[in-house]
Amino acid sequence: MLAFKFAYKNLIGAGLRTWLNVSVLSFAFVVIVFYNGMLDGWNRQGRSDTVAWETGNGQYWHPLYDRYDPFSLQDAHAAITSEAEKLVKENQLTPMLITQATAYPQGRMLNVMLRGIDPNQKILLIPSASLNPQNGEIPALIGKRMAESAHLKKGDHVLIRWRDINGTFDAREVLIIDIFKSNVPTVDVNQVYIPLTTLQEMTGMKKEATLLVAAATLNNTGIKGWAFKDTKFLLKDFDEMINAKKGGSRILYLLLLSIALLAIFDTQVLSIFRRQKEIGTYIALGMTRAQVIRLFTVEGSAHSILALILGSLYGIPLMLFINNYGIPMPKSADQAGVAISEKIIPFYSFGMLVSTILLVVISATIVSYFPTRRISKMKPTDALKGKIQ
Amino acid sequence: MRNFEIIKIENLAKRFHMGEGDFTALRDINLTFSKGEFTGLVGPSGSGKTTLLNIIGSLDNPTEGKAIVLGNSVSELTHKQSAVLRNFHIGFIFQTYNLLPVYTVFDNVEFALLLQKHSATERQKMVMEALDWVGLADKANSKPAQLSGGECQRVSIARAMVKRPEIVLADEPSANLDATNSHHIIQTMKKLNRELNTTFIFATHDEKVMQYLDRIIHLKDGMVEKDEIMPELKTKSHVSL
Ligand SMILES: Nc1ncnc2c1ncn2[C@@H]1O[C@H](COP(=O)(O)OP(=O)(O)OP(=O)(O)O)[C@@H](O)[C@H]1O
Ligand SMILES: [Mg+2]
Repeated sequence: MLAFKFAYKNLIGAGLRTWLNVSVLSFAFVVIVFYNGMLDGWNRQGRSDTVAWETGNGQYWHPLYDRYDPFSLQDAHAAITSEAEKLVKENQLTPMLITQATAYPQGRMLNVMLRGIDPNQKILLIPSASLNPQNGEIPALIGKRMAESAHLKKGDHVLIRWRDINGTFDAREVLIIDIFKSNVPTVDVNQVYIPLTTLQEMTGMKKEATLLVAAATLNNTGIKGWAFKDTKFLLKDFDEMINAKKGGSRILYLLLLSIALLAIFDTQVLSIFRRQKEIGTYIALGMTRAQVIRLFTVEGSAHSILALILGSLYGIPLMLFINNYGIPMPKSADQAGVAISEKIIPFYSFGMLVSTILLVVISATIVSYFPTRRISKMKPTDALKGKIQ
Repeated sequence: MRNFEIIKIENLAKRFHMGEGDFTALRDINLTFSKGEFTGLVGPSGSGKTTLLNIIGSLDNPTEGKAIVLGNSVSELTHKQSAVLRNFHIGFIFQTYNLLPVYTVFDNVEFALLLQKHSATERQKMVMEALDWVGLADKANSKPAQLSGGECQRVSIARAMVKRPEIVLADEPSANLDATNSHHIIQTMKKLNRELNTTFIFATHDEKVMQYLDRIIHLKDGMVEKDEIMPELKTKSHVSL
């Protein structure tokens, strides 16, 4: 406690240099918190968007389905069992049939996934309700990105060619009945949604599905013949991307933190060099060298406490302001193929704050301690003379 | 009744390692100091005054022989023990005052008491009393930078005396002061020496200081050249006998 009192006085007494160090460290602290907050905010938004639009609360897959291998779709379909059918009726599950197809917008060729979705489903945010049967035409729903890349507008017709259950090619025109907007690129890019029954008829896969999407209310009971995939599995790609981003930003902010720590280290080295006489006096007054070392270490690491206070002083209002407006994301971020909203609202978790505070305090303490070790090699008589060693 | 011996130096030598060989700063020193002495180590520059004071203050160890301070052989103390010896029993006064610049006068004087773990009310009382001794109670909240040299040295006297040590070691305490201030601080120390029976040992060249001393130990080339008891002390000790 004594060391804290002295350290505080010495640090405040050191004036401008202290505040420079504290400012730089507080800046590093705020940037780390902000960066992590942004990624965590993105993570949370992205996950909840992906769950809401794509994965649901887990999915039951046909055992042969492989999301990375479109060729698996040829065999990955089976009749919806009566057990599953019951859950579909209770709105706990919604089936989806997926098949590879080729679209020919304006004479160009585009590989797409043709997804049969139940127009009455409420589990995913895909606005499937708009897939009302049109007089004789097949209604199709696409996302904004797909619409842009294929130059399709609402009301356009586009030719789709697919293979039926026997491998025979067939082709028909579909009517773009609506274009939806989603933060989740994977439900949009190269995806075409048509009514489930229509796709089942087109492919000859009557009452069949590739996968069943679970509602949030469904407790995973396990359905015979279908393999359950939880959200952890389904969000693997997203998590990996976030982790990669975190890794990248970690390098950035560790660099920033290093600069701040270097400034503290430098101050410590200098102050131990310049304050030899003071060190000698402390010893003459009856401090042990260990106590003097503790004093200087606490003094150095107290930079971090001041930095936390200063950082909060300007960081909290800044972050509240940002949270009010969100951070606009560049359009190019969308190209990464993972969920990202137009605006990210940073999220600051208690754990992240605590670990950042610990990182700052502990690292400041370590860099403060190292230069003080030379005190233990100092002779008090030399220190009192202020001799250069 | 005799004043008992509080410092005993036996066959002491101190050598420093220099480039090729050793440099002898002190040799064949045999001295005893009694409680309540007001003694000066006098001698030319480089004669070993500071070196001897440092050893008595257990800031340094003798190369040979013994320095026994309050019953402790300096060279046999651990770091911690010698820190305790200094903290409780020895006050230092330096030529350059060595006040801690960021602390107030009060804090500077209080420092040693904080290490001794006195209660806040005790500390308050003791610090103010010590500042009274040196006539600086009204400057308790000033910073050293706001004080004159003489005032700074009086603060450092208060700092040395606040813990009521048995021994005060003062290395050229008047060297940076003018005549008036020199007399003033020596008189202050002399008064405390009488009232509290504290042993003072000075290292000095200063004639003004010497006229107050009870005993003068002349050092030359690291040896005791002469050890003279001043007349005043003779009469005084005669009276007290
Ligand atoms: N750490 C050291 N290393 C080497 N030599 C030293 C060291 N300290 C003191 N000396 C030498 O020992 C001798 C005595 O030094 P000391 O400081 O005791 O002299 P002094 O009597 O106090 O002189 P002054 O009146 O100038 O203060 C000097 O010649 C000095 O150079
Ligand atoms: Mg000297």
